[in-house]
Amino acid sequence: MEIGLRKEKDIMIASVTGRMDAVTAPEFNKTILDLISKGEKTFLINLAGLNHISSAGLRCILVLAKRINPEKGEIIFTGLHGAVKETFHTSGFLSIFRTYDSEEAALKSF
Amino acid sequence: MYILSSLKLPARLDSLHRIIHMVSGCTKEQRFSKQRISEIEIAVEEALVNIFEYSYAEKNGNVEVVCKLDAGNFVIEIIDSGIPFNILTAKEPDITSGISERSIGGLGIFLIRKLMDDVRYRREGDRNILTLVVKKPGDTP
Repeated sequence: MEIGLRKEKDIMIASVTGRMDAVTAPEFNKTILDLISKGEKTFLINLAGLNHISSAGLRCILVLAKRINPEKGEIIFTGLHGAVKETFHTSGFLSIFRTYDSEEAALKSF
Repeated sequence: MYILSSLKLPARLDSLHRIIHMVSGCTKEQRFSKQRISEIEIAVEEALVNIFEYSYAEKNGNVEVVCKLDAGNFVIEIIDSGIPFNILTAKEPDITSGISERSIGGLGIFLIRKLMDDVRYRREGDRNILTLVVKKPGDTP
C-alpha cells in the first residue's frame, strides 16, 4: 500500500494505492492520525488505485471518522470502483460517507 | 474431491499475504472473474484474521489452508487448533446506523457470510474446521 498526500485549500487529499488489509491498514491509520494531530480535519481519500479493502481497512476508516466527526471534521471519498466499491456498499459504508466520481466534484462539494 | 493446493503456516499476521497469494493462484487457475477473486481474497483474509485474533488469543499455533474442488464447487478449508470458535453463531452487525452509533466490530464475519455461497463450521477433536464454498464460474446465475 502507498499513500500520496497533497493539500488543496483546507482539504487534505490522500491517494491510496495497492491493498488496504489487516497488514497494511495500521499504516493508513497512523498516517491519517498524525495529520489529525497536526490539526487536519477534512480529508478526501482517493481510492482509484486501491484494488482490495477488507474489514480491517473499513474499521480503520470508521475509527478515524468517529474521531474527527465531533470536531466538525469529515472524511469523503472518490475513486471507488470494482471490489472496493462493492465492499463499501455491502458494509453499508455508502450510506455514512459522501462519495464522488472525481476529485474535482468532491472538492467542489465543500 | 481434488486438492489443488495447501499451505500450513504460523497463525500470525505476517503469514497472511503468503496464504492469500496461494489461494489467489488457485482462483485464477479456476478462471473466476476479477471481482470474484477479490471477494474470495476478502473472505479468506477475514477468516484468517479471526483465527489469529480469537482462536489463538491465548497461545501460538498454525493454520492450514487447503483449496480443493468438490462436487463442482471451489472449496477453501481453513483449519486451526485454537479455542473453539464458530463464526456462524456471531451476531450480525448493524450496517444502517450513523457514524457515531456504528459499532466497530463484526464486519469481517458479516463479509464472509455475504460473499461466500456457503460457509460451514465444524469442531473435530481439538481443531476448528471452517469451510468456505464458492460456486464455480458459470454455475452462478
